[in-house]
Amino acid sequence: MEAQSLDRRTFLRLSGSAAAAMAVISAGVPLVPLAAEAGLWGLELRVLSEHEAMTLVKVARRIFPHRTLADMYYAAVVQVLDEDAQKSAETARLLKDGVAALDKALGTRWIDLSAGYQFAALQAQPKLLDAVKGKAVVALYNNPLAWRHFGYEGPSFQDGGYIKRGFNDLNWLPDPPEGASPRVG
Amino acid sequence: MAKFALSDDGVVVVIGSGAGGGTLAHELCQKGVKVVLLEAGGRLSLADFVNDEWTAFMQTAWLDKRTTSGSWRVSKDFPNLPAWICKTVGGSTVHWAGASLRFQEHEFQVRTVYGDIPGASLLDWPLTLKDLEPYYDRAEDKLGVTRTHGIPGLPGNNNFKVMYNGATRLGYKDVHTGRMAINSRPRDGRPACQQIGFCFQGCKIGAKWSILYSEIPKAEATGNLDLRPECQALRIEHDARGKVTGVLYVDKSGIQQVQKARIVCVACNSIESPRLLLNSASSRFPQGLANSSGQVGKNYMRHMTGSVYASFDQPVNMHRGTTMAGIVTDESGNKPARGFAGGYLMETLSLGLPFLAAFLNPGAYGEPFAEALDHYNHTAGMWLVGEDMPQATNRVSLHPTEKDQYGLPVPNVHFDDHPNDVAMRSHAYRQGSAVYQAVGALKTYEVPSYPSTHNLGTNRMSARPADGVCNKWGQTHDIANLFISDGSQFTTGGAENPTLTIVTLAIRQAEYIADQMKTRNI
Repeated sequence: MEAQSLDRRTFLRLSGSAAAAMAVISAGVPLVPLAAEAGLWGLELRVLSEHEAMTLVKVARRIFPHRTLADMYYAAVVQVLDEDAQKSAETARLLKDGVAALDKALGTRWIDLSAGYQFAALQAQPKLLDAVKGKAVVALYNNPLAWRHFGYEGPSFQDGGYIKRGFNDLNWLPDPPEGASPRVG
Repeated sequence: MAKFALSDDGVVVVIGSGAGGGTLAHELCQKGVKVVLLEAGGRLSLADFVNDEWTAFMQTAWLDKRTTSGSWRVSKDFPNLPAWICKTVGGSTVHWAGASLRFQEHEFQVRTVYGDIPGASLLDWPLTLKDLEPYYDRAEDKLGVTRTHGIPGLPGNNNFKVMYNGATRLGYKDVHTGRMAINSRPRDGRPACQQIGFCFQGCKIGAKWSILYSEIPKAEATGNLDLRPECQALRIEHDARGKVTGVLYVDKSGIQQVQKARIVCVACNSIESPRLLLNSASSRFPQGLANSSGQVGKNYMRHMTGSVYASFDQPVNMHRGTTMAGIVTDESGNKPARGFAGGYLMETLSLGLPFLAAFLNPGAYGEPFAEALDHYNHTAGMWLVGEDMPQATNRVSLHPTEKDQYGLPVPNVHFDDHPNDVAMRSHAYRQGSAVYQAVGALKTYEVPSYPSTHNLGTNRMSARPADGVCNKWGQTHDIANLFISDGSQFTTGGAENPTLTIVTLAIRQAEYIADQMKTRNI
């Protein structure tokens, strides 16, 4: 596998230390400002250009296209990619080359293409696709700010679990009989 | 808590503090036997546990390097994570779901009952259900298993409601909230379940039985337990007569130590246990310890597994409450007319959004994947778990070149499905989907196996020394004072979640070891 390969694998391959993997995961939950700044959601870019970042935000959306999920959650993925690019020249090159290749593919800037063209052009860049996908599968779905969109409620211990907060509140099916599902003791 | 000298050759050294090793250590301590319990991982407390899937994974999972080979999908998606098991005091009883089912009678005699299945290295266990029944009874009492010993079942959560209604509409009869080692009311100093969810991340209130807080403190109170966390066994040593004499390990400071022993018990789970025996090869035992049969590491089993998730137009919120308190047992028997030997169970299962994204269809992307996750809180889920066929070629072996942080060869886990495994999984996917379709599923998903949580069979029990590694007591055929004390001693896997049987065998083994010590046979 290439060294620049995806982060899901990077930490699941576990070739590095647990601490390194932990850094990858905690990096998946950056602070995202509520107000968009300069159309870039307050991204602090060190390596990626504004155009590259804008493109990668859209790349992340094409990979995991949640129609009603705001751009700022995809921007959080790009923030992590930029941080990775700071640490690894190889990652920086992969991302920059990838965006350049997308722009070149159809003679029109990739970001100006329709969703269908964008998806097809992206599939023709498997290295970029894998790199962004592997990062986004954690950085997008492990972001507590994004959980509300999906209806995932996160930690429950601090609220006393769900024993009094709807663990059995489903009401569109009959309740199972007592023998199968005893009442709360 | 006791502290025994490294030179004390009267102690029993147990390697690994999970369901097998932790139970064995505690039972021996209760009988007055001095035990040194080596555990590679650190000791956590309830306060350390977090309701966060990735953080808990990094905190508890065994992350030392492993490699994989074979045609199983785990090898492609998670090439260095063949198993999702724990490196911490209490082992995988920290993250287990709590499902506690006895094996069925025929599952101890599968070679006789199933016959000769090509490609499968089936063997009857050298013991029967009847032999184990009194010990199962004690194990259920120890774990506080619901629906045994007068303990009520757990209340069903939303995910169970969907399973129950679908399964009964389909005609299934035996559907309930399971036999769970999770308190439905306070018991044994532990509280009742508060439906927190996050059973896999360590139960923050200790309602779920775990070696960590159920057995270890009691063992320590006897004054006979010397628990050594962050101590990784490197090799087992032996003398000129071929008896084991102690264990070389590296302690938490990184210093190598040798603990002398009268008896050594290996309970490191089915990947590390054979690896330790193989890494202990010597001029006298060039194939590794207890390996005159050549069976160490072979017949690796991981259960036939898979999941079905389904989306509905109404909310489910499967993440609320106990992860696995829901079961359909109707398919667990051996009914060859279905086109495969053995049986399987359907058990409720929920993953949080972070893990569902990682495991729903690893590597997938695009509209269908996003749509599945968009329905997260309208999704129900079940796990399918059944008996898989042992195969000699499915094995844990030492990697020829890759070394770990101590310079020892890492384990490689090779696995290919047997055709029987595929036939069973196919049937289970179809039936699991039908359960959800019976209550109006919009869409059902056949989800591949996760990295293995049930790792079995790599030091199997056998009546004849040529067929396996240990006898019906877990005592190795080759070395009388070397025992196998974890799920690696399973001759075959059964359909049931293995922890209860591992605990049962450990209780029985403790009796045998104490007796053998008393009569000076060892």
